[in-house]
Amino acid sequence: MVEMLWLLGIPLAGGILQALAGQHRYAAELGVGLSFGTLLAAAALTVRVIADGPMLVFGEQFFIDPFNVFLVALTAFVAFTTAVFSRPYMRIEEHHGRLSTGRLRLYYSMYQLFTFTMLIGLTTNNMGILWVAMEAATLTTVLLVSLYRTPESLEAAWKYFILCGVGIAQALFGTILLYFAAERTLGTGGNALLWTHLDQSKVLLEPTVLSLAFVFLLIGYGTKVGLAPLHNWLPDAHAEGPTPVSAVLSGLLLNVALYAVVRCKVLTDGALGNHFAGNLMMGFGLLSVVVGTFSLSRQIDIKRMFAYSSIEHMGIITFAFGMGGPVASFAALLHMTMHSLTKSAIFFAVGHAAQKSGTQIMENIRGLIRTNPTVGWGLALGTFAILGMPPFGVFTSEFLILTTAMHEHSWSTPILLISLGIAFAAIFGKIQPIVFGETTLPRLPHPPAILPVFVHLAMVLVLGVYIPPALAEWYRQAARFIG
Amino acid sequence: MTSGIVSQLFQSALAVLAAPLLIGWVNMCRAWLQNRSAPSLLQPYRALHKLFHKDAAISRNTSWIFRFNPYVQFGCMWLAAGIVPVLATDLPLAPAADVVALVGVFAVARVFAALAAMDTGTAFGGLGARREMFIGALAEPAMLIVFFNLSLIAQSTSLNTIVETLAHGNFLIRPSFAFAGVAFYMVALAENARVPVDNPTTHLELTMIHEAMILEYSARHLALIEWAVAVKLVAYSALGIALFVPWGIAEAGNTAALPLALLALAGKLFVGGAVLATLETVLAKLRLFRAPEFVATAFLLAMLGVLLNLVLQR
Amino acid sequence: MISAAWFDQIISLLAAILLLISFAMLSQRRILSLIELFAWQGAVLSASTAIVAYSANLHHLYYSAAITFALKVVALPWLLHRLIRRLNVRWDVETMINIPSTMLIGLALVVFAFNLAQPISQLATGAARHTIGIATATVLLSFLMMITRRKAVPQVIGFLAMENGLFFAATSATHGMPMVVELGIALDVLVGTFIFGIFFFQIRETFDSLDIRHMEKLKER
Repeated sequence: MVEMLWLLGIPLAGGILQALAGQHRYAAELGVGLSFGTLLAAAALTVRVIADGPMLVFGEQFFIDPFNVFLVALTAFVAFTTAVFSRPYMRIEEHHGRLSTGRLRLYYSMYQLFTFTMLIGLTTNNMGILWVAMEAATLTTVLLVSLYRTPESLEAAWKYFILCGVGIAQALFGTILLYFAAERTLGTGGNALLWTHLDQSKVLLEPTVLSLAFVFLLIGYGTKVGLAPLHNWLPDAHAEGPTPVSAVLSGLLLNVALYAVVRCKVLTDGALGNHFAGNLMMGFGLLSVVVGTFSLSRQIDIKRMFAYSSIEHMGIITFAFGMGGPVASFAALLHMTMHSLTKSAIFFAVGHAAQKSGTQIMENIRGLIRTNPTVGWGLALGTFAILGMPPFGVFTSEFLILTTAMHEHSWSTPILLISLGIAFAAIFGKIQPIVFGETTLPRLPHPPAILPVFVHLAMVLVLGVYIPPALAEWYRQAARFIG
Repeated sequence: MTSGIVSQLFQSALAVLAAPLLIGWVNMCRAWLQNRSAPSLLQPYRALHKLFHKDAAISRNTSWIFRFNPYVQFGCMWLAAGIVPVLATDLPLAPAADVVALVGVFAVARVFAALAAMDTGTAFGGLGARREMFIGALAEPAMLIVFFNLSLIAQSTSLNTIVETLAHGNFLIRPSFAFAGVAFYMVALAENARVPVDNPTTHLELTMIHEAMILEYSARHLALIEWAVAVKLVAYSALGIALFVPWGIAEAGNTAALPLALLALAGKLFVGGAVLATLETVLAKLRLFRAPEFVATAFLLAMLGVLLNLVLQR
Repeated sequence: MISAAWFDQIISLLAAILLLISFAMLSQRRILSLIELFAWQGAVLSASTAIVAYSANLHHLYYSAAITFALKVVALPWLLHRLIRRLNVRWDVETMINIPSTMLIGLALVVFAFNLAQPISQLATGAARHTIGIATATVLLSFLMMITRRKAVPQVIGFLAMENGLFFAATSATHGMPMVVELGIALDVLVGTFIFGIFFFQIRETFDSLDIRHMEKLKER
């Protein structure tokens, strides 16, 4: 109860505070502090939920179970490390003259509000509010994508806004249909959209309406997940926005959107009693994997390339959730965690690398290991991790997903394996010269503040070698909730 | 049956004789609206009278089609005006009054008009014919779809049945009906060569459609064509009235209701003419290449009407 | 007392008008008229919401009718008017495909929408039987408008019109979403429009035009 209040109150108040005082010299430090506060609240909430089990807060309007509290913790954590990373990063951008104080104020304020909308979306029990939060998340980030006001960034932000706006409108239609179906069993009024109520009576929901509703919801939220063929906004937004924004978009927003899809899937499965929703998700997931990997090799912009890698990984997770069952859901949750941590770490490293060399074009970044060993090693290790090399955690989750796919849907295994192979070749081939290539540039004088990169990667490494039983039990509980 | 024959004869005669009066009324309203002093209501009759007493000049290069055309025009329009059940529904020609047949009658007139225009071999004739067919090719399907829409409601393509169903069925708000009405009005404007598709009062080569086709006619031929144009307007008005405001039409076997029906018809035409004049004053003529868009919009509305009919009246 | 059948008929009529307005928007070439049509759409929406509220005796729908009126008939058109006066773009709405073809595609979309809504309509009672299909069609037509327009302002109007269609689906099919959700949606729409406004200025500052054709740098290479 109190934890919830803090969890939602801190980022909301922080957003307003930063809007008023964001031009202050210590705004970045304030942002870090606020995010740390949110992280503490999330940790307290997690402890509470693990101890007491699922709970309803504020007159059933909020609902916490192991599934979403895991994402709340992840979100709060990555939001905090990104805030830590962005403190020096944004300051250097300001020194380079790419950003003015006013825009930094916008950034700090919107960053907190963005965290707020994601946490609302994760914790709300009301499917309607979930939609509102997803839309609000778009609105808060769209001005961040165009923060540099270059023609390209404006274009990316416009595309992001329009595509996600259209997508999210489809999701609203799906929500309306869901309400239409729910109204007949739960009666009119606010209760008919509460997920807990829906979950209890999901068997009674009208199957035809619910299947149509799920299609719209999948298209809608799937646009935000970056599922192909609605992924067009994603590479642009990631490439043109500031690096911290890319990191949270990839590491967090995609997760939250996918969380929304999974919540809807649970209801649809209950109502239909067949594998319709799962099959759709598997189809879209595989398509995204294929589209993502085959676009990788054509990229010349480093952030764009990793954006496509995000599409690929979201595809894998969607596929895993689509397969369903305790093992696949477990693997999907694990992969969600690993991807969030690894991808944000990569974006931190890429951000530093691009900032140091003044370009995002891969051909012009060379020999990081000489000019800037910490960034170089960070990028190299991050790349190894995301490509699913053991002993990193991504390997574990991908391995689990692959073996489950082999057992239950063996036809999909070659597609996944080939895609993973191509992704490996494409990314490794491009990153290798960036890190180890020849360069004439002198070694840079001072090392960057790159602690978050190594913290994330260390976590991924540890989780790859050894998942603590408590954590595994937690994941297992969450997987049970998803079914 | 006798009452039917009486009604039939009366309606046919009335359509032909009163047609110039309607044109006169429209011109009068228009003059008022444009702040001019209006010509007499009977001016169209005087013009016809004058034309009938002139000597006709016919180009040596024309064939029989050219001479034959005015009679075809007049005959078709008279037939159309005669079979639309506007005064009473039990007309002896009723079996002929099928909506598809009606569109066919108008098509015959159009084909002859175009042929005759090209027959003279002048530049304007060919130009007018081409433009007429251009508009017609779009207007005709729109018209047909309007009719289909109404047929869906009445379950018949016979005009009589449609009118009876609409006039005596209980009143319902039918959105599809409103769409069909607007579409019909737009098609009627295009077919009768009125603003905004054509302007009956100018001879500007950039814009004229109908006038370009009849430039070579004179005297009695021209008079017949002008008269046919008037009858056509009456026929379309009658059709519009019968389909969309059918109240007051005399029922079968009820000769006593005929005077009342006549009064109702006169009133409707009176209002209709005023509305037409107002529209022609308010609207500007469209560029020629926008005209197809206008007719296409009518087509679209008619089509939407049908779709709505299927969805709403299930 | 007016019978329920009458209300259903009036709702059906309003639905038909909504569809007609969508087509009118699709065919419109002038931005000012487009905004006017958008305001009319809002007015019809608000009226239909009020009628549903009266006939079903649902008080919260009166509020949402009032919100709709305030937001979509007064506030947003006013905002858009101000915006285009400040930006000085009045006349031209350029389309990617010529208008008659757009209309034909629109017709096909309407057929598609009606078919899509068929299974849901069969479950519904009263006016909702008819209106779900029309609401779906309105959404798809607005979507088409967004795709076929080259300028930023009409795209945004298309976006807002799509929201209108969804709203109509919500009120006519389910007697409106719960109040919290509706307030949230209204807030999102309002904030979204403000952000659009900010965007217009940014875009024009950068490109000297609101033509989104300039924004084609980020193509896949």
